[in-house]
Amino acid sequence: MEALYLLIPLSIIVVFIALWVFFTASDGGQFDDLVGPGLRLLQDDDTSVQAPPEKPHD
Amino acid sequence: MNAVLQPIACFHCGLPVPAGAHWNVVIDDVPRAMCCPGCEAVAQTIVDIGQSSYYRERDAYAANAADAAMLPPQLRLYSNDDVQFARDADSCEATLSVVGIRCAACVWLIERQLLRLPGVQAASLNVATERLYVRWNKHQCQPGDILQAVRQIGYTAYPYDAVRHGEQLQKASKTLGRQLFVAGLSMMQVMMYVAPAYLAEDGTLDDNMASLMRWASLLLTLPAICYSAMPFFQGAWSSLRARTLGMDVPVTLGILAAFFGSVVATFTGRGEVYFDSATMFIFLLLCSRYFELQARRKAASALERLQHALPASASLLAGFPDSRTATLVPAGSLAVGDIILVKPGEAIAADSVIVEGTSALDLSLLTGESAARRRKAGERVPGGAINASAALILRVLKPARDSTLSDLLKLIERAGSGKPQIALWADKVAAWFVLGLLLFAAAVFAFWSWHDAAQAWPVAIAVLVVSCPCALSLATPTALAAATDSLLRRGVLIVQPHVLETLHRASHIVFDKTGTLTVGKPVLQQTEALASMTENDGLQIAAALEAGSAHPLAQAILEAAGEPRCHAEQLQEVQGQGLEGVVDGVRYRLGNAAFVAAIAGPPLGHTAIGVQGKTPLYLGVQGRWLVRFLLSDALRPEAREVIDYFHRRGKQVVLLSGDQEALTQGVAAELGIAVACGEFLPDEKLDFVQQLQARGAVVAMVGDGINDAAVLSAADVSFAMGSGAALAQAHADTVLLSSQLRSVQDTAKTAARSMSIIRENLGWATLYNVTAIPAAALGFLNPWLSGVGMAASSAVVIANALRLRKS
Repeated sequence: MEALYLLIPLSIIVVFIALWVFFTASDGGQFDDLVGPGLRLLQDDDTSVQAPPEKPHD
Repeated sequence: MNAVLQPIACFHCGLPVPAGAHWNVVIDDVPRAMCCPGCEAVAQTIVDIGQSSYYRERDAYAANAADAAMLPPQLRLYSNDDVQFARDADSCEATLSVVGIRCAACVWLIERQLLRLPGVQAASLNVATERLYVRWNKHQCQPGDILQAVRQIGYTAYPYDAVRHGEQLQKASKTLGRQLFVAGLSMMQVMMYVAPAYLAEDGTLDDNMASLMRWASLLLTLPAICYSAMPFFQGAWSSLRARTLGMDVPVTLGILAAFFGSVVATFTGRGEVYFDSATMFIFLLLCSRYFELQARRKAASALERLQHALPASASLLAGFPDSRTATLVPAGSLAVGDIILVKPGEAIAADSVIVEGTSALDLSLLTGESAARRRKAGERVPGGAINASAALILRVLKPARDSTLSDLLKLIERAGSGKPQIALWADKVAAWFVLGLLLFAAAVFAFWSWHDAAQAWPVAIAVLVVSCPCALSLATPTALAAATDSLLRRGVLIVQPHVLETLHRASHIVFDKTGTLTVGKPVLQQTEALASMTENDGLQIAAALEAGSAHPLAQAILEAAGEPRCHAEQLQEVQGQGLEGVVDGVRYRLGNAAFVAAIAGPPLGHTAIGVQGKTPLYLGVQGRWLVRFLLSDALRPEAREVIDYFHRRGKQVVLLSGDQEALTQGVAAELGIAVACGEFLPDEKLDFVQQLQARGAVVAMVGDGINDAAVLSAADVSFAMGSGAALAQAHADTVLLSSQLRSVQDTAKTAARSMSIIRENLGWATLYNVTAIPAAALGFLNPWLSGVGMAASSAVVIANALRLRKS
């Protein structure tokens, strides 16, 4: 039973950490678009974006 | 639909490749034809950066690349110094609205294109909202470059602040989502700490442990109270400041009472705690709020589409007809008389008249009609219509800001400001309801304090929480908004807020005849052969003679004849009499009896007799009468059905017309209308309607927006068959954009449904409150059960209101 005196405060801290993580993710736009990432996954494209060739910009 | 032979389509944008064009790009080892140097350049760029897989992934042609070369000057003016772009010392950020996103390939193409720009640090496109977020280095890049880059690949982007309203909605929804998440997390955790107290038998949970659990619950309730419950507190505060009692007031009192009661119990170690009920209540109520906000966004979607329908740019043919080089100019700079080119797939920038070309136009935004309409040279087309099949050359009739669509938006803005009677009434009742509830809760608290003090708090909280005035203050506006939106989709624009309820109450429906029950222009009713010629041959010859005429009778003949099969020469028109011309070497005359008699000889017996209400037109040759055509204004095909509908609903249908008495009676008899009056001047119509009203009738008037303006504004609820220029002046409560009589029936049906749904909601709310509040007052409901009941009740009424969106 004594373990609870440690575990309960710990669980409260974990909840507040979870809230912080959620807010950071939400600020970062994690939940803004729930459709697009699914579409991007369909792209059969493993090549990374190449450094843009230095062309004069038209 | 039209079987015009299409030349090869441009591989990039799908436009026909002009004959003799030499533009092409090798994509995946196959040379592909392009329609213009613009598409060639874009396709080459896509191939050059190794992204030719775009062409394999895409599920539609690229947006027409005509906008590519140009950035409207007003967009050029944006600079890095604008406050809206400021981020930090070195970088800027912006959210842009991107129009024309259709598929995964678009997302990918736009993001790649922007990341290739020097100085762009991040670009991400939200598919659901069509918003593009970009961050860039101030010193290397300008906002104009980014907008230009997006345009180069055939999409249109503009700074998001143009739709600030949408942004605010978006933000509200995001905040609400976060509050919901916090409330949910808080609720679940608090439940875990409360569970032992519920499960433990008396005496098995020692005081220290119980106290620890309470303190833990208190800490975890704080985020829910301090963050998630804010919308209720703010709502309550603003309604108190406005000296009214909104539905947030009892909610706030309930939450605060539960929370502070529990805090006191936690500190003193005596009494019950209700942290679980408080968090759960906040969570459930937020759920129904979230649901409602989504519903509101859905309800406004038809409006939002309208607001984005006018294009930002147009292709100006400055040297027409000598040269056909198009220059792109901002739509706002178009002047009356300018000649513009509209390619298939583009929207028309301003109200114009077709100079050259025939095409099918998609007018669905303006009229709610989904089938494309064919328009040919000489016909007028409204701004905002989408050219669906072939390129058109148009002459601008009105500047873009005065176009039909702009007038429409002004009407809608006017419409948005009013609140219907029933909603005002609901607000008023809700305020009294809340006042009564607060007094009742106080009385209940006093009674229980005397009777059983331990129960006083939970019972009072349960009473505050269980009551649900949301059917009044929430569901009624939602129902009306859903109904209005669903009607707008079908081409019915409700200008005055009271239309739905008044139409439902209407006892008399008054119709105008010409242009309302009838199509408003002559139609060929009957063809009679007078000599050896067949009726069809006669019609063909008549059509050949009338081919060049703009007279309404000529139009009716042409329409009936279909595709012309013969050609007339040496045409001569005698004003007000008829036409003379030579078809296949024979000289014919087409016109009134006297005109034809001049060559055909004295009229045969029965041809001289006019036919009541119909205009005769004769065809004759030297010495012989050939054919008689009878034309008259035709009834709309749907008229009978609409009239029958109103009869079935027990409304009295009246026909008022300025036309001849006999004609009016004929139409009335055909449609089964009992009361019909012809030869009525506008004043007399007005008198008639006012007399009806004096006898206690509620009159709905359906007429033509301009001629009947006075009667329309006198009627309790009015419909104008709107088209084009008439819109802005129409003093009607409802404008039928589709010019379809059936829309009146649609509106009546929707009105009946809205009223029955509002009544259902009110009935449900009464039933719920009448059972739940006494149950809570008697102590049968504990606070958490009350919270569930209240949230479920809100969900029921909102879901019920949303049924109206389905037509």
